[in-house]
Amino acid sequence: MARITAGVTTSHVPAIGAALDNGRASEPYWQPVFAGFDFSKEWIAQQKPDVILLVYNDHATAFSLDIVPTFAIGTAASYQPADEGWGPRPVPVVEGHPELAAHIAQSVIQEDFDLTIVGKMDVDHGLTVPLSLMFGQPERWPVKVIPIAVNVVLYPVPSGRRCYALGQALRRAVESFDQDLNIQIWGTGGMSHQLQGPRAGLINRAWDQAWLDRLIDSPEELAKMPPIEYVREAGSEGIELVMWLVMRGAMDAKVNVRHRFYHVPASNTALGHLILENPT
Amino acid sequence: MALNKPYKDVPGTTIFDADMARIGYHLNQFCMSLMTAENRARFKADEAVFLAEWPMTADQREAVLARDYNRLISLGGNIYFLAKLFSTDGRSFQYTAASMTGMSQEAYAAMMLAGGRSPEGNRYIGEKQ
Repeated sequence: MARITAGVTTSHVPAIGAALDNGRASEPYWQPVFAGFDFSKEWIAQQKPDVILLVYNDHATAFSLDIVPTFAIGTAASYQPADEGWGPRPVPVVEGHPELAAHIAQSVIQEDFDLTIVGKMDVDHGLTVPLSLMFGQPERWPVKVIPIAVNVVLYPVPSGRRCYALGQALRRAVESFDQDLNIQIWGTGGMSHQLQGPRAGLINRAWDQAWLDRLIDSPEELAKMPPIEYVREAGSEGIELVMWLVMRGAMDAKVNVRHRFYHVPASNTALGHLILENPT
Repeated sequence: MALNKPYKDVPGTTIFDADMARIGYHLNQFCMSLMTAENRARFKADEAVFLAEWPMTADQREAVLARDYNRLISLGGNIYFLAKLFSTDGRSFQYTAASMTGMSQEAYAAMMLAGGRSPEGNRYIGEKQ
């Protein structure tokens, strides 16, 4: 059967993609950011996952204000990197896994999670920057990806509790898939940051670190944190962290922490990164 | 009955909710239209003509022309939609965020390097007294 073996979280700051794409990764500003992923690149080369369930948010790219799904799953064979206003990132096309994606949709919707099924969409920095951080700049991505998009742009956004429960349902869906696949789940976005208004630039290092501790050790309690606390403590865009709870819900209650990295700043943002493994 | 909007007392912050999305619908959809090179070229060639194609308010059009991002957000714009506008201008998220804080680019970048804006005094309106 298919198994979720590991969970990864990382911020998905667009400037990180731009730094890599424009050959500025070794500049003093960016070098510490990429160094935080040196271990991760070695680790994932050994893990060789077949498929990544990549939980991210679309940043007004595939979803305009015409349609804003709270939760969506991509069932396409491939996804083009989007033109977000400066041309598409020069990264490989993202290959999907339509058969597993359809299986997950079938399973999860029958458990009362009303996923929107997306047969065609472009993917923005929210999905491609994490791939770049973990895999660098390959000719093609060495893994298939199932995009799972969570609305954290247009309020009200789904609660942490709902995201955590979705992760649990995703795990059950994966484990009922007959093919032998090594699957990882990634939660992306965060950590503290605010991109708008006079309060832009907010960073809350102490809160971020405590949040990481709780994500590892007591995620069910953490999932009860109301959205307003994210806004107040971690900035208006800090709410992206609820997507990390989807990842955590799909993992064992007790996990092994293989890697933990935190760095300020990446442009406007506190960058956080975890690698968690299921012991079983 | 009034809806629960507990985020109204966060200083310097506008939460993009369904009401703001309703007010900003055409403004944000205009921004989305800048996701093709062709539309970016047309917009740059004559911004006012391009904007006239969208049923936005006069205030929204003026704020676009002025690239006044705080005003755009107060008129229903959302930062991820507005990103298409500042990207068309070749501007970054950091440049644009700084422009909304009243700080110079240099001062904002230095603040971020020093660890960012502290949450102390920035959680509730009126907290800083």
